[in-house]
Amino acid sequence: MNITFYLTAVVAVISTFMVITRRNAVHALLYLVVSLLSVALIFLILGAPFIAALEVIIYAGAIMVLFVFVIMMLNLGPQSVAQEGQLLSPGIWVGPVILTALLSGELLYVLLRTPGRVFNITTVSPKLVGMALMGPYVLGVELASMLLLAGLVGAYHLGRKDRSDGGAS
Amino acid sequence: MMPQALLEHGFLLAGALFALGLIGVMVRRNILFILLSIEIMLNASGLAFVAAGARWGQPDGQVMFIFILAMAAAEVSVGLALVIRLYHVFKSLDADCASRMKG
Repeated sequence: MNITFYLTAVVAVISTFMVITRRNAVHALLYLVVSLLSVALIFLILGAPFIAALEVIIYAGAIMVLFVFVIMMLNLGPQSVAQEGQLLSPGIWVGPVILTALLSGELLYVLLRTPGRVFNITTVSPKLVGMALMGPYVLGVELASMLLLAGLVGAYHLGRKDRSDGGAS
Repeated sequence: MMPQALLEHGFLLAGALFALGLIGVMVRRNILFILLSIEIMLNASGLAFVAAGARWGQPDGQVMFIFILAMAAAEVSVGLALVIRLYHVFKSLDADCASRMKG
């Protein structure tokens, strides 16, 4: 069971290294999703199942979709069409697929090996996290909601169409 | 595995991921990759919080990760809106295009 932690750590470091060395943004996103999934598996090993689920849903789901939307909106012209054909060639997707297959193999190993406690570390349940979040940290939750509202207004202001008289921006 | 070793190795992994993100911010000039590297760094700091919380079996580390997650979501939405503005003005994603201030 030590081996799962180290294997996942190696997958995370390799995929993160691939993110910062890619030339194509979509390929980098593909590797970043693998990196986030491996960090989610590490959270599961560290006894934080709620955070592992949040990592997959919000980081690998929502934030990566935002990046994909922006790459689509930028609409980089005929160059992107060439990339589309290139994406189907095996050299591009075989790396992320190998790393993800390693991760899913580890997940199956963890799930099937022993029911119950695989790692002798105390699991912090979502109930405890929720009680701490709404108890002593409730002021932080309010501040986070204001930060998200400010982010929403800021993104709307920056993203709208520029007026011809230059009043905006 | 002993919790102490798990904490140390979790910190080592978080440090390695943070260093990779920092290298990405310093080396890449494409502003989209700079944003991706910032996401990597935020994720690594969250990993350090969760590892420290798991060492003592307390939920505080996970609470801090949720705050980091909310902050990352707000940051990336404003950052990507700025990327779109930058692309409309300069027709390029090079961060060095915007190195001069106006006025």
